[in-house]
Amino acid sequence: MSLVDIRGVHKHFGSNHVLKGIDLAVEPGEVVAIIGRSGSGKSTLLRTLNGLESIDAGEIEVDGTALKAHQDSAEQLRSLRLKVGMVFQQFNLFPHLSAGENIMLATTVVQGMDQESARDTAKAMLLKVGLQDKFDAYPDQLSGGQQQRVAIARALAMSPRVLLCDEITSALDPELVNEVLAVVKQLAAEGMTLIMVTHEMRFAREVGDKLVFMYQGLVHEYGDPRELFAQPRTPELASFISSVM
Amino acid sequence: MTVEFSLWALLQSLADGAKWTVALSALAFLFGGATGLLILFARMSRSRLLRQATRVYIEVFQGTPLLMQLFLIFFGLSLAGLEVSPWLAAAVGLTLFSSAYLAEIWRGCVEAVPRGQWEASSSLAMSYLEQMRHVILPQALRLAIAPTVGFSVQVIKGTAVASIIGFIELTKTGSMLANATFQPFLIYGLVAASYFLLCYPLSLYAQYLERKLHVSR
Ligand SMILES: Nc1ncnc2c1ncn2[C@@H]1O[C@H](COP(=O)(O)OP(=O)(O)OP(=O)(O)O)[C@@H](O)[C@H]1O
Ligand SMILES: [Mg+2]
Repeated sequence: MSLVDIRGVHKHFGSNHVLKGIDLAVEPGEVVAIIGRSGSGKSTLLRTLNGLESIDAGEIEVDGTALKAHQDSAEQLRSLRLKVGMVFQQFNLFPHLSAGENIMLATTVVQGMDQESARDTAKAMLLKVGLQDKFDAYPDQLSGGQQQRVAIARALAMSPRVLLCDEITSALDPELVNEVLAVVKQLAAEGMTLIMVTHEMRFAREVGDKLVFMYQGLVHEYGDPRELFAQPRTPELASFISSVM
Repeated sequence: MTVEFSLWALLQSLADGAKWTVALSALAFLFGGATGLLILFARMSRSRLLRQATRVYIEVFQGTPLLMQLFLIFFGLSLAGLEVSPWLAAAVGLTLFSSAYLAEIWRGCVEAVPRGQWEASSSLAMSYLEQMRHVILPQALRLAIAPTVGFSVQVIKGTAVASIIGFIELTKTGSMLANATFQPFLIYGLVAASYFLLCYPLSLYAQYLERKLHVSR
């Protein structure tokens, strides 16, 4: 059985039919890169996977926790979100907490870890993203790249089964992109299951195990990134690739 | 018959009245704050009924003069057979008034916290109350301090209307003294100066907080 199973997912925003029946399965340890034009529904799809957007039809299952349309109780959402971490384009660190406290908040409050283990976990996570000396720094004292790495550490501290990344380098100055991509690459190498929406085509091709090309609310192409980039099967993907590369 | 008052005696009477102004303000502010917090949660709750009810509550208290609110509480309750002292009526009236305004001020502050903060805390599996307690309110609080202190000035000035239902605070003391001394200009000048002494430090403090909290985290 797949770790993530998306079956027939539909989503409307008012009269705007944004997801038109998405089917996708993600195996443990897989790195899935989602690409597509602006407005094709990439973010919306990702956000349905941890219940930030409800779905109108279909089913989402992550590691045995299922979410159906109109069946998303607080308890179900909580159990889903404990398995799914998310990193955002705008970092969304808590500005009133230090880097260390950002990481410790959910592990203590949600998982009930004691202060000491939470502190140890936070330190270990900061070490993982190369920021072991920034435990006491506040978000506004960190560069964008550092903030994004803290955000990754914060998500990892919850030991998610899968990590969602929505254009996590798009808000960064170009010289800061690589430090974040390096962290993601290392996570991939360690076997973390990753689903990432990205505009970094080279990264998607190098690190991705699977490529998803979304077009008008559907998975238009799906397969091995190296093959698809070399030989797109549809004119839509071909034209998308030529427009971004 | 004119009674002679020394300036010292005048000041002492006014200080006595001012004590009640301060007491009424503090009470209205504290109870108004506590009630306002409940209203705030109801105003932002998931229940449509609660949201609508609190919206009406806030509109009513913001859309009618404070004086009418006091009249209605004072005379309304006695009409219903409940004997209320001016003190109680004033305290209840100002509490309700403050709660409506504070709830609305604070709602603005909560809504000023960026959506990303909700989404990040949601994706960490935090419940609504956990998000409020640890992520949203601490940030909203920082935004709320300056306007809240600013509003306390409005409450102090608002207590003056309690004089009309016979509660003896600063303004009422002033008007009694003015009647007794036939020196209304002097007396009301002193009354105004007393209000200024109470309010101005708070205004300064609010401005200071505004500046300070804007530059730092
Ligand atoms: N909260 C919302 N309310 C209404 N419409 C929305 C909302 N979020 C997204 N949409 C609409 O849904 C469609 C898909 O948006 P989505 O953000 O998923 O696209 P995307 O593929 O991530 O685009 P981008 O590359 O620009 O991030 C767009 O037409 C967008 O306007
Ligand atoms: Mg997007």
